[in-house]
Amino acid sequence: MSAATAEHDDHHDHGPEKGLLRWIVTTNHKDIGTLYLIFALAMFFVGGTMALIIRTELFEPGMQFVDPQFFNSMTTMHALVMVFGAVMPAFVGLANWMIPMMIGAPDMALPRMNNMSFWMLVAGVLLLASTLFMEGGAPASGWTLYPPLVLQTGSALPFAIFSVHLLGISSIMGAINIIATIFNMRAPAMTLMKMPLFVWTWLITAFLLIAIMPVFAGAVTMLLTDRFFDTSFFDAAGGGDPVLYQHIFWFFGHPEVYVMILPTFGVASTIIPVFARKPLFGYSSMVYATAAIAFLSFIVWAHHMFTVGMPMAGELYFMYATMLIAIPTGVKIFNWTATMWKGSMTFEAPMLFSIAFVVLFTLGGFTGLMMALAPVDFQYHDTYFIVAHFHYTLVPASVFILMAAGYFWLPKWTGNMYDEKLAKLHFWLSAVSVNILFFPQHFLGLAGMPRRIPDYAVQFADWNMISSIGAFIYGPSQLIFVYIVYKTIKGGTGEKVTDEVWEGAKEQSLEWTLPSPAPYHTFSTPPKEVPTMSTGR
Amino acid sequence: MSTNDAYYIPNKAIWPIIGTLGLLTTLVGFANYLNGSAAGSTFMIIGLVIFIMMLAGWFSLQAAESESGMYNHGVGISYRMGMMWFIFSEIMFFAVFFGTLFYTRNLSMDWLAGIGDGPGRSTAMLWPDFQAVWPTNGPGNIGGEFEEMGAFGLPLLNTILLLTSGITCTWAHHGLLAKNRDQLIKGLIATVTLGFLFVGFQAIEYYEAYHDMGLTLGSGVYGSTFFMLTGFHGFHVCVGAIMLSVVLFRSWKGHFTPENHFAFEGAAWYWHFVDVVWLGLFIFVYIL
Repeated sequence: MSAATAEHDDHHDHGPEKGLLRWIVTTNHKDIGTLYLIFALAMFFVGGTMALIIRTELFEPGMQFVDPQFFNSMTTMHALVMVFGAVMPAFVGLANWMIPMMIGAPDMALPRMNNMSFWMLVAGVLLLASTLFMEGGAPASGWTLYPPLVLQTGSALPFAIFSVHLLGISSIMGAINIIATIFNMRAPAMTLMKMPLFVWTWLITAFLLIAIMPVFAGAVTMLLTDRFFDTSFFDAAGGGDPVLYQHIFWFFGHPEVYVMILPTFGVASTIIPVFARKPLFGYSSMVYATAAIAFLSFIVWAHHMFTVGMPMAGELYFMYATMLIAIPTGVKIFNWTATMWKGSMTFEAPMLFSIAFVVLFTLGGFTGLMMALAPVDFQYHDTYFIVAHFHYTLVPASVFILMAAGYFWLPKWTGNMYDEKLAKLHFWLSAVSVNILFFPQHFLGLAGMPRRIPDYAVQFADWNMISSIGAFIYGPSQLIFVYIVYKTIKGGTGEKVTDEVWEGAKEQSLEWTLPSPAPYHTFSTPPKEVPTMSTGR
Repeated sequence: MSTNDAYYIPNKAIWPIIGTLGLLTTLVGFANYLNGSAAGSTFMIIGLVIFIMMLAGWFSLQAAESESGMYNHGVGISYRMGMMWFIFSEIMFFAVFFGTLFYTRNLSMDWLAGIGDGPGRSTAMLWPDFQAVWPTNGPGNIGGEFEEMGAFGLPLLNTILLLTSGITCTWAHHGLLAKNRDQLIKGLIATVTLGFLFVGFQAIEYYEAYHDMGLTLGSGVYGSTFFMLTGFHGFHVCVGAIMLSVVLFRSWKGHFTPENHFAFEGAAWYWHFVDVVWLGLFIFVYIL
């Protein structure tokens, strides 16, 4: 388990290509990971700008800045860009960078497909973004693209649908690659139950992706044929049913939200033990809980549709099944807490973001439990309460953990230390403003403010204004992160980091046994033994 | 698990980005065509040409690398896993359309007719005369009168053809394993021929549906599910037959050994998958 395992004497390949071509034709998992991460960060700001447009319009009641159609396009595009352009690619980027290094593999199993998967993503997002400039505007139906509303979209409709196809192809190729890598490329000593949880959660996430992306592709294909080829899948006059689309969409959509949260869990489970200087508590229960959440995600979809008029048996089944998810999720929350219990904790930026994640995700989880209750959901459905709920599970959870992952692994990627003071400033600004931004939305929703509307009754004015102020702080403070990343790449604080970067990290998982920065090719020969502290042993 | 002792990491290749550009051009062209733009179909054709060039280029590269012995056992496992999970994603894709068929036939059609306590109860007030009888083109009689597609003419013949092709494909595989190149090539020729015959008969079936039976894609939800399921399946048969044709061509050129023939195996798996989907179609779309 020494740094000598990372050899530079590569017999079959060479260094990176020179110039721009390096990034276009690369098959190196680190290059592709970097591409994914940079792309995701850029899209985070594109989607964030759309969110700020939304919050600006909602700053006061009345119509101020944008027309309603464009407002609806913004809510739709914000969601699609953030889900498919920012959060998912960011985690795929982390997977590309970290999985081979964590399991002692020389690269991903299918490197050329890896390259194609990234460029398909870019193509898909380009198609999606192009709809903003089309006659009739970008899709304005919400990211769920429910018919018959979405069929009223102008020229943008086929472009949005093909964009979904490309994004689906990209995700499926990425997921297949991850599965093949984890099953086929582990170092001999790396047995399944010695894998870091980040690898485990991604393995399970990859299965989810392969199972659901074709389902979404099928659903939007039927939208396409309903609009252009006279089919009647979602048209009652022809014997179809628009509610069928909702079933298919959420069969995709519910596992999809877990695609964004399971790798989040994985990163948190990787970071917290390092800064608590303890083995992860309950490693195997973490693995089983992840698998349980993934399984449950396939059998709870219609809790998104309680008010659509399902038969009573359906309402009851989906209510109870959904509530079951709280059990494995609770296992995880308690395990993270127990990992920190009596640890020698220090509070560097990655740990701060991770602790904030544990607390704030629990909050988002609890509101989820509230909405799982079918009778109660009749009041919450399509209000700002749901907006508050899923933003709590996505922003102070997934996005915070992505920031944590950035700070955690940047020193390993670049060999330089980031500016801890600035990072702490970034954390505190984010942690405070994200609550100012989303917490009031609970109150708005409970009071009955509907989501996806550009104007609202005056009794909602105060909390909307506070929420918008939170957004105006949260959005710009993310620029600090960009500055820190840039500065770290350019040399950081000037302090050269050690191989393990974080005290004792070498005992936790394999990537810290490599030099910092990690060489272009790592583990050309597999390591003889693997550290097991991250697995609780 | 020591397969990565000397895992082959391929050189950089230009094909992924070319394939992406080809597909992007095709889809932009198709979208423009759907929106009624004249240039749409031109772009579509250009994109498809680029895409096919990519397939040819990329597959020749892979075949050449494989024949020069660059791929070891570990790489073969990765490719097989890739193919396996790709087929799984295809199964999920077909599951959507089968699910649509089941949902429509067993749930929403009854609700439309006012049976049960589903979301369609109120439509009984809109269309009081609608009877829940499959096949249906809905209470709006969308697409006009049509005849139901029977199971025991061309569809049964096609079932026999496709099942036979599964057998010839396995026979070819046995030939490959026994180093009997003659059997390999004959088996593949038979498989590909049966595959294209299937597609031909399906084309005749479609022609009859459109011209004699009044059954079109626009014939309400029956027409929609019928043509969507059989159409996507037919498309997959074409893809599988083309894959097998490439394998046949490579067999002629003397490629593949009993130990190293992933391309054959991948194509054969795909072919069996297409076979099984057809059995599902024959039962649920045609017979029941």
